[in-house]
Amino acid sequence: ASCIQHRLVIRDASSLQILQLYTCLDQIQYIEWSSDSLFILCAMYKRGIVQVWSLEQPDWHCKIDEGSAGLVASCWSPDGRHILNTTEFHLRITVWSLCTKSVSYIKYPKACQQGMAFTKDGRYMAVAERRDCKDFISIFVCNNWQLLRHFDTETQDLFGIEWAPNGCVLAAWDTCLEYKVLLYSLDGRLLSSYCAYEWPLGVKSIAWSPSSQFLAIGSFDEKVRILNHVTWKKITELDHPATISSKKTIVYKEAEKSPTVDTERLTFPPTRALASSLFSTQSKYEISQVPVSLQYIKPVADRANPKVGVGMLAFSADNCFLATKNDNIPNAVWIWDIRKLKLSVVLEQLCTIQGFQWDPCQPRLAVCTGTSRVYLWSPAGCVVVQVPGEGDFQITSISWHSSGDSMLLLSKDHFCVCYLEREEV
Amino acid sequence: MGDWKAITVPVLSSDSKIIFPYTSERKRSPTSMNSQVLRLSLPSPKNMHSFFGAFCTEENLEQSISYIDRELTTMGFPSIYAESKGKELNLVSIINCMNELLVLQHKNLRAQEEVEIQHLKLGSDMDHLQNCYAKLKEQLELSKREIVGLQERDRQLQSKNRNLHQLLKNEKDEVQKLQNIISSRATQYNHDMKRKEREYNKLKERLHQLVMNKKDKKLAMEVLNYVGRADGKRGAWRTDKTEARNEEEMYKVLLSDYEQRQKQLLLENAELKKVLQQMKKDIISLLPPQKQKPKERSEDGLVLSDQEEDIGELNKENMWELSCETVREQLTNSIRKQWRMLKNHVEKLDNQVSRGHSGAWNEKDVISREDHELETEKLELEIQQCKEMIKTQQQLLQQQLTCDDDTTLLLQDCYLLEERERLQEEWRLFREQKKNFEKERKSFTEAAIRLGLERKAFEEDRGAWLKHQFLSMTADCKSENVTTSAFLRSNLTDDVSLLGSDPDIRLVKSASRQRKPPSVLSPAISPEPCQISQYMAQN
Repeated sequence: ASCIQHRLVIRDASSLQILQLYTCLDQIQYIEWSSDSLFILCAMYKRGIVQVWSLEQPDWHCKIDEGSAGLVASCWSPDGRHILNTTEFHLRITVWSLCTKSVSYIKYPKACQQGMAFTKDGRYMAVAERRDCKDFISIFVCNNWQLLRHFDTETQDLFGIEWAPNGCVLAAWDTCLEYKVLLYSLDGRLLSSYCAYEWPLGVKSIAWSPSSQFLAIGSFDEKVRILNHVTWKKITELDHPATISSKKTIVYKEAEKSPTVDTERLTFPPTRALASSLFSTQSKYEISQVPVSLQYIKPVADRANPKVGVGMLAFSADNCFLATKNDNIPNAVWIWDIRKLKLSVVLEQLCTIQGFQWDPCQPRLAVCTGTSRVYLWSPAGCVVVQVPGEGDFQITSISWHSSGDSMLLLSKDHFCVCYLEREEV
Repeated sequence: MGDWKAITVPVLSSDSKIIFPYTSERKRSPTSMNSQVLRLSLPSPKNMHSFFGAFCTEENLEQSISYIDRELTTMGFPSIYAESKGKELNLVSIINCMNELLVLQHKNLRAQEEVEIQHLKLGSDMDHLQNCYAKLKEQLELSKREIVGLQERDRQLQSKNRNLHQLLKNEKDEVQKLQNIISSRATQYNHDMKRKEREYNKLKERLHQLVMNKKDKKLAMEVLNYVGRADGKRGAWRTDKTEARNEEEMYKVLLSDYEQRQKQLLLENAELKKVLQQMKKDIISLLPPQKQKPKERSEDGLVLSDQEEDIGELNKENMWELSCETVREQLTNSIRKQWRMLKNHVEKLDNQVSRGHSGAWNEKDVISREDHELETEKLELEIQQCKEMIKTQQQLLQQQLTCDDDTTLLLQDCYLLEERERLQEEWRLFREQKKNFEKERKSFTEAAIRLGLERKAFEEDRGAWLKHQFLSMTADCKSENVTTSAFLRSNLTDDVSLLGSDPDIRLVKSASRQRKPPSVLSPAISPEPCQISQYMAQN
């Protein structure tokens, strides 16, 4: 599904054929599929309206109007039948039911980065709340939206919460002014609290491993600390120095090479294909010899939210690799082998990394840097894929298909789908 | 250096003109002293002549002789005068005196020489000592200066040290101050934030109220039709029961997760315990059986027996999977003991190897290098063989599981052929049996037909006979009827029972009617039914 202005276009994932076309009342800001892929919600924040369309019955429609409460965020519940709207100023979260047309309210939600978290099996939802200058977490049962547990947290200013994939542990972390990660069990007991250091800026990003065995905490001191699920104590610290000197690490460096132009075959005026190939530079990966020093950017000292520290963390689906990005060294992706807890690969790109995402089935990482190339890494090697086409296609984000066979490449106003062939065994 | 004063010989008052040309109280070098001494010992012959002439002249001969005599006597020499005779000189005594004087002079000269030599020696010694003294004085000066310099440096360093300490303290104080400042600022910020948040909350409340008021008009949800729930169930009311159920479910989820984890941990534990046991066994096997030394034997014997006991115990206990503290402790303690023993053993081996390199080689305790290498080679060979075996086995397995198409087809064909042949075989057997059955059936039917015919014949015969009998019986006397009728009746009952199973009821009925068959035919008839019965029984 993609939206253009106020129209919603639904295409088939394998052939990109247009299946449906819907028109909404206003410019769409946000779209989301329901969990069973039968419905799509389109949120228009300015008008405060959410419209829901059905895939099976094109005639079915639903419109939710928040009125003067305004709309800041909207999402589906895991059962695909309820929509949670966050009103402006985070006044409340309204739960609209598509089955019964009933409304529930969650009061005092917290206005933070990750204030709502659903468990993977969709049974429970944790919401961060703040009353009387204190942070609380409420756990709801998604079946009937009943409050299960309500407890306070010891944080100064709760920044985010995230469930472990096994749905039994909830991680909550504080703002970057204070390094504090709290781990709560499903029934609201505090299992453990972790604090690495006191004064400098704290947690920047957090990721659970898919088996719920590890919790990786990326902080502003350019380190990632991994906690284990048995004792909730740190098992290792992964450092991101600007110079890599270990012999066991492979460093792939992207190198550009401009194509050689055959002067005899130049035509005047130059054909389009030729022109694009002239100006588009090819690039490939080369292996750099260790020791390698990476491009390091010194952060500006007196600005808030400095570009320092580990800002992006992602575990691979098979629990073997962890990909990180240190914002000080914005061109490099660090891939750590979790079984050995050592750095295994560093990918050095020419431009700043915009995002990366793991394949949901295999240990394959796709990286985009804002150029028109997608970089793929797997333990077998890495490859640069050029998006064919005219003009610039600056990829800003990547999204994998759940089967791992294709991925969406998004730029500012275009998108394309990249299909990956499976090797015939 | 030498000061010496010249000894001035007392000069006669009469010869006051003569002054010995000797200088006095002058510092001289030894060489000059020598020359002076020589000059002293050998005055110039000129001076001598004048000197001799000066002392004794012809006028004062008597006076000079008496003077010499006086001098000599005072010196201890005999008088030169001859035996108190006045004015006559004893030449012999004079010569003796002169000789004595010469000898004395020689002695004095020699003594003087010696003294001078010693004087020289002492002078050189003193020079040497003075040099040494000068040098030592210089050295002393130097070292004094050095000491002063070092002391100076030491002082400077100490002062620097003190400065640095001071700086460190200052820095620490500053750091502490800054931390205090930070914490105070943090609390201040927190307080301010809380204040602002309260204000914000108030605004939000107000806004919320306003929004809620306007709710009725604008907030709405339009749905074309209700959508069924994802899992098809109906929605439930919120009651206490549901709350309790929720709690239950939540606890179930948690418990299942904990159970899973516990299972994993138990498995891990069991594996680790197994590994530890294995290690223990290996360590025990590695340790040499120390039977040579009786002293150690007693120790090791005890320990070994302990180990074996331990193994036995632990094996037993592990079978029952106890994981109590004592078992764990026992295991770890025993492993630690074994490990220590192994370490000692390895150290001993190391020592022996080093000793062996240097010369003394204790073959009993040390496995020689060649043996070791042989063993490793053997093991490697074994490993190779095992690997090859595994490979071949894998290949065979592979073949079995996934052959390529030709062989599978062939195999399938073979199987089909086999099956077909078997089936044919069975069919043949089946057909044979069918034939046999057919034959038998035919024979049966024939036999049945025959039997029927025979029966008919028999019935006809019987009927005729009975008729005849009846006819004859009515003519004969009645006394024979009883026996014959009885006999016949028994025969008839036999026939009835025999023919009871026969579907031919007519024959039975007809048989039951005939009651009086003749006795003549009875023996002939009876074997027939017996035959028939036999035949029937056979079939």
